[in-house]
Amino acid sequence: MEDYILNKKNMNRVVITGIGVYSTIGKNLDEVKESLYKGKSGIILDQERKDYGYKSGLTGKVERPNLKGLINRRQRVGMAEQGEYAYISTIEALKTANLDQDYIDKNYFGIIYGNDSSTIPVIDAVDIIREKRDTVLVGSGSVFQSMNSTVSMNLSVIFKLKGVNFTISGACASGSHSIGIGYFLIKHGYQKNIICGGAQEVNIFSVGSFDALSAFSTRESEPTKASRPFDKNRDGLVPSGGAATVILESYESAIKRGAPILAEVVGYGFSSDGGHISVPNVDGPKRAIEMSLKNANLSPNEIDYINAHATSTPLGDANEAKALYQIFNNHKPPVSSTKSMTGHEMWMAGSSEIVYSILMMQNSFVAPNINFDTPDENSKHLNIINKTINKNIDICLSNSFGFGGTNSSLIIKKFEK
Amino acid sequence: MEKEKIIKIINNFLSEELEIEEDLVPDANLRDDLGIESLDFVDIAVIIEKEFGFKVNAENMADVKTLDNLYDYIFDYLNNNK
Repeated sequence: MEDYILNKKNMNRVVITGIGVYSTIGKNLDEVKESLYKGKSGIILDQERKDYGYKSGLTGKVERPNLKGLINRRQRVGMAEQGEYAYISTIEALKTANLDQDYIDKNYFGIIYGNDSSTIPVIDAVDIIREKRDTVLVGSGSVFQSMNSTVSMNLSVIFKLKGVNFTISGACASGSHSIGIGYFLIKHGYQKNIICGGAQEVNIFSVGSFDALSAFSTRESEPTKASRPFDKNRDGLVPSGGAATVILESYESAIKRGAPILAEVVGYGFSSDGGHISVPNVDGPKRAIEMSLKNANLSPNEIDYINAHATSTPLGDANEAKALYQIFNNHKPPVSSTKSMTGHEMWMAGSSEIVYSILMMQNSFVAPNINFDTPDENSKHLNIINKTINKNIDICLSNSFGFGGTNSSLIIKKFEK
Repeated sequence: MEKEKIIKIINNFLSEELEIEEDLVPDANLRDDLGIESLDFVDIAVIIEKEFGFKVNAENMADVKTLDNLYDYIFDYLNNNK
């Protein structure tokens, strides 16, 4: 096996060689690309949530995959639903990267995955212990499903990974930070291949406390119109989920094995608002965006497309619009929030939105911010795309922000030798 | 409970739930022949509690090496604690 400390003296270029996705708008890259192009929504009204007293029963809908026959029982029983989604998206990402188990076995392949909850196994275990007063009945898989690191711990065992191995929990920026930290590790020579990504559970209990805060849209009469980032008549986000995987690799490694290079990660910026736990500000996101531009050595004018964080909440979207206006006012690049279609994929969103952006980059279009019908006083200053446009994208910025004021901005670039 | 019934319940659990494909012969070693690992013993303890109604004592289970030992362990417990 090669030395895992690469080129410590030099900065490595970091490329994306594989992507995979399992989401509300498609179970694979082809389906998702179609949905993005057509502006298709994955939002439904879930009556079961209403029966449980939710103020809003709106949600993204994801089908649970059946992994029986794909991996053995011991590998399955430790996985919660979001781990199953992540397994499917990772298989697809490895396939697009032309990576097989033999290569993984011979290299210090790592994983850094975004995840910030695993509700159902925790509730199930507590229910059993409360009722039966007996921990044995919880069974052997529960602990591995319950921990926040459930996705990275399971996938690292299934794929026999030998490199970096941990989970990033950074609220709704988890999936974005996972790519950012992976990028830094490869850039600075500590790893050459990392499975990055984000996963999000979708079930009746995981977002109950979120619903309690009145964070969700209650436009239940029109589920597909409920998520309307930047629109004047937005009334909250729609929870959603699934998983997305992004394979990061050093340029040197990708070239050496003749890998397909889909894009290059050129910038990562992060910040913390230093403010309120749930109310975002303008300064924090602005600093993350500026840091990513500086890290990429790019000016705002060089950004061709912005995949906004905008989740359809009144204040969050307004403050992101203000931050974007302050930085990009000169050339007003196209902006869209794909959450208008997918809903808010939370821990997954930062990774899935990189996958969506790469699909747009590969197929030369900007996916629409559907339901953006009426601008408000902040969004009217931005170039928000509400109908698909065919356009070449060379450089794209993707924002992800979360509770606690955690902010992440990534910049990816079409690959050039 | 008849030993035959215990065998049926345990074998069904091993093949259906633990997905063990090897032949479930009485002298099969649980670890070496059937590939049952330490975590699986937790799930065996669960099935014993649910199906036979008693809590497994880890010390007593230490002597259970083969499938037949497992049947006997359950059979003896049930008959000695009537």
